[in-house]
Parts: sequence; C-alpha cells; structure tokens
Amino acid sequence: MTVASKDVGMMTMIENGNEVKRTCCSSNSGCGSSEILVEYAGNEKWIQGVINTPKGVVPVVSTQLNFSDILGSWKARWGVNRMNYKINPGLYAVGTPDNESPVLVTANYKSTFDSLRKELADINTWILVLDTKGINVWCAAGKGTFGTKELLTRISCTKLHEIVTQRTLILPQLGAPGLSAHEASRQTGFQVVYGPVRAKDIKEFIRRDMTATPEMRTVKFTTYDRLVLTPIELVEAIKVSIIAFGILFLLNLIVTIPFGLDDFYAYVGALIIGCVITPVLLPWIPGRAFAWKGWLLGFIWAVVVNLINGWPQLPSYSLVRAIGYLLVLSSISSFYAMNFTGASTYTSSSGVIKEMKIAVPIIIITVSLGMLLILLNSFMGI
Amino acid sequence: MKNRYLKDVSTLILNTEKCTGCGRCIEVCPHHVFSIKERKAEILDKDGCMECGACAKNCPLNAIEVKQGVGCAYAVIMGWITRSEPSCDCSGGNDSGCC
Ligand code: SF4
Ligand code: SF4
Repeated sequence: MTVASKDVGMMTMIENGNEVKRTCCSSNSGCGSSEILVEYAGNEKWIQGVINTPKGVVPVVSTQLNFSDILGSWKARWGVNRMNYKINPGLYAVGTPDNESPVLVTANYKSTFDSLRKELADINTWILVLDTKGINVWCAAGKGTFGTKELLTRISCTKLHEIVTQRTLILPQLGAPGLSAHEASRQTGFQVVYGPVRAKDIKEFIRRDMTATPEMRTVKFTTYDRLVLTPIELVEAIKVSIIAFGILFLLNLIVTIPFGLDDFYAYVGALIIGCVITPVLLPWIPGRAFAWKGWLLGFIWAVVVNLINGWPQLPSYSLVRAIGYLLVLSSISSFYAMNFTGASTYTSSSGVIKEMKIAVPIIIITVSLGMLLILLNSFMGI
Repeated sequence: MKNRYLKDVSTLILNTEKCTGCGRCIEVCPHHVFSIKERKAEILDKDGCMECGACAKNCPLNAIEVKQGVGCAYAVIMGWITRSEPSCDCSGGNDSGCC
C-alpha cells in the first residue's frame, strides 16, 4: 500500500522550473496538518511507524538493517538494480525527535540512507533526504544534485521551518563540493554545519557540540573500502569481455592454432588483476599512476602465463605468441586499473588526465601490436 | 599505508591576501591540505588535493581557486569522445568513495 501524497504538485514544480515556495507550499494544494510530508510505501520493513508533527505525519525509520536492506546494498555493489536503488526524498524521523532535535541531511541512494540510519540507534533526530536521483552524497555533490537548490526545495516541501524551531542543519562533509555553506545558510535560514565524513562518527559529533576531530574529517580509502568497490568494476569489465569472446569464437573457425582455454584464463586473469587485485593492493604497488600499477602486475601475470604454458622449453610455443601475451595482458590490466581512478577517493582530475594522456596511447599501441603477434601465430603458426 | 597520487598536478591556488583565517577550508577538505598559520590559511600538502572543489566553494571570501573535476578515467574518456567536460555519470555505490 502506498500512502497518499501530494508530491505530484512538487514534481510539476521542478519540471517547470517554477519558484519552489509558491507551488510547493501554496495553500491551495492543502498544507493541512493531516497531510503526509513524504511519500512512502507503508509496507517498507525499514519504516517502523509514524510520528505526528504540527505539519503532518512523518515516517519513523528503524536503526537496524534487516536482511533485505543488506541484500539490496550487496546487489547494488554487484550492479543489480544499481541505478534505481533509492528511497523517496523527504523528511524521516529516528526515535522520537521534537522541535529541538538535530536535522541530518543525506542523499536518497538507499545504501547511503541505510548506512546513516544504522548509526543512529538510541538518539532522536530528523533525517532530511534530498532527491539526488539515487546517487550517493559524494557523487551527487560533484554533479550538483546535492546542492543548495535541492536543499531549498526539500526544506520547503517538508515545511521543515515549522517542524523544528532549532535552526541548524548537519550536512555530510562529503557534500561540501556541492554547495557553499555560507550561501546555503543565507538562503535557507538554517545554519549549515558539516558533519563527519563517516556516518559512524555522527553520534560522537553531536555529543561534542557539533565539532569534528581532524580524524573524523579525513577521507580514508582502506583495503576494505577498495575491496567492496571491485565487484562493480569486474561486472562492467565482463560485460565488455563477452564481445571479445564472441570475436575469438568466430576467429576460431578460420585460424590454424585455435584460441583455447589457455587464452581464456590468461584473459580473465588479466581482468581480475586490473579490476580486483590492483585496487586491493593499491598502496603497496610501487609507483603512483594507476595505469602503471596495473601494467606492472599485468606484466608479471603475463610472464606467469607464459611459464605455465611451457615457454620457453616447449618448442611448439612460439616466442611470437609469448611476446604477444606480454603486450596484451599487461595492457588489459593497465586499462582496468586506470579505470579504478573513478572509484578512488584521492585522485584529482588533473592527475587522471595527465596519466591518461600517456597511458592511453601506449595501451592502444601495445594492445594492437600484441594482438597482431598473437593473430600471426594463430593464423600462420609462426 | 597511505595512498598518494601524482605529484605537482593539482590546480589549487590560495590567495592569502583575501584569507581571514576562518578555517572553513580546513573543515571541508577531506585530505588535510590546509592548515592555519598566523591567522591565515596555508597549503600544507598540495599533492594530497583531489580537486573536489569543496574548499573553493565554501571559502566565504573566495580566496581559493581550484579546477573542480572528477578524477575518473571513464569520465575523461567519455569527455574525449563527446568533446565535453568529464562528468561523473555512474551511480555511486559506496559510502566512502566516489563513483
Ligand atoms: S576558508 Fe577561505 S578565508 Fe577561511 S581560512 Fe580558508 S582560505 Fe581563509
Ligand atoms: S579541492 Fe578538495 S581536496 Fe583539494 S584542497 Fe580543496 S577541499 Fe581539499
């Protein structure tokens, strides 16, 4: 059952780009106290009940994640329903907040929302969820969807001014690239403070009178952080690879030495090195550029593949093919490692561009050359 | 072990003249790039900067300039192909990272 909502008017408002306040809170759309301020499905397991406010009913959310929440996040990590894993924007309650309770602002990507609420056990707060189109705070801030405009819209749609009397909003620090705190404060009438980077520090932050330690302000990129980012890289890489396998399959119909299991595991290995192993071992691999790190491990892998295949002892295994492997496999790993810059939390745009201007031409040349050698070997047996 | 990226690439510029030492930049920067010395901000670790733009956006006196951008190879490739500025078009899947 979906609880009725008056959000339709608001949607129109965004599309037409009209002024927020007028459409959203106009008296003719009915802002009576019985109205519901956020649209939500009543059967959502993470909603425990409702709390009455002077301006309407607000859903109270659980601070515990259940199996379907965990499964949902896990699926999103593997790319299943990733673009559509979101909740309705609006105001939510944790515990029994009142007009003096803090307001935490977050994105409507469900994994982000879940990781916030699970840290809020035993405290009473409001959560204002912005419509970031199901994207996490950091990316949405980069795109500007987590920004002053959306904050203004959401404040006025939820009538936040009338629900709370305190005038402070706690925004996640990672949202800072999306807005100016001083601008947003001026426009919303709420003082905007930046909370800690990680949700687990929120309680401590509130306890310390809204001050964060330098540690709370630092983005980390731990081995675990990197590991959980690798599945999506792998899934995307495999999607592309299916095309490559198709081409090899067709080539097999006409070549002298067909592509076999050796080539398959060599390729999959290079993929795993670029998408998983390099990201996980990132800080320990010498050098700084991602493409270089991936190339290095990919090259080692290619040497291993050649040795397993019996080179140089096996006379049937030609030097041409061995060199081909060295060139192709290292480049594949290099390319996918380079792609991990997008998932990392410390690469600058200028740095990535600099790295790519060198790496991309090299990758194109070595892959082409390597493929040529392997094909020469496959077609003519040299 | 600490992750370090390429040296001498960040476009970060601090105009000390304008700075009043309010400390906002220190608060928002996720990589400890700034510190305050004698009531002025100073750049401690320029190579730690990931060009997220948080400091420049939040400095009330516009004392900081940085070319805000996404450090994402995929975005750069798409930008090259479509001849536009790289932008992050993937849906972010994590809480600590980018896309
Ligand atoms: S935010 Fe701006 S004014 Fe404040 S300390 Fe930093 S540079 Fe100076
Ligand atoms: S752009 Fe981001 S990482 Fe660089 S100094 Fe500013 S806040 Fe820090």
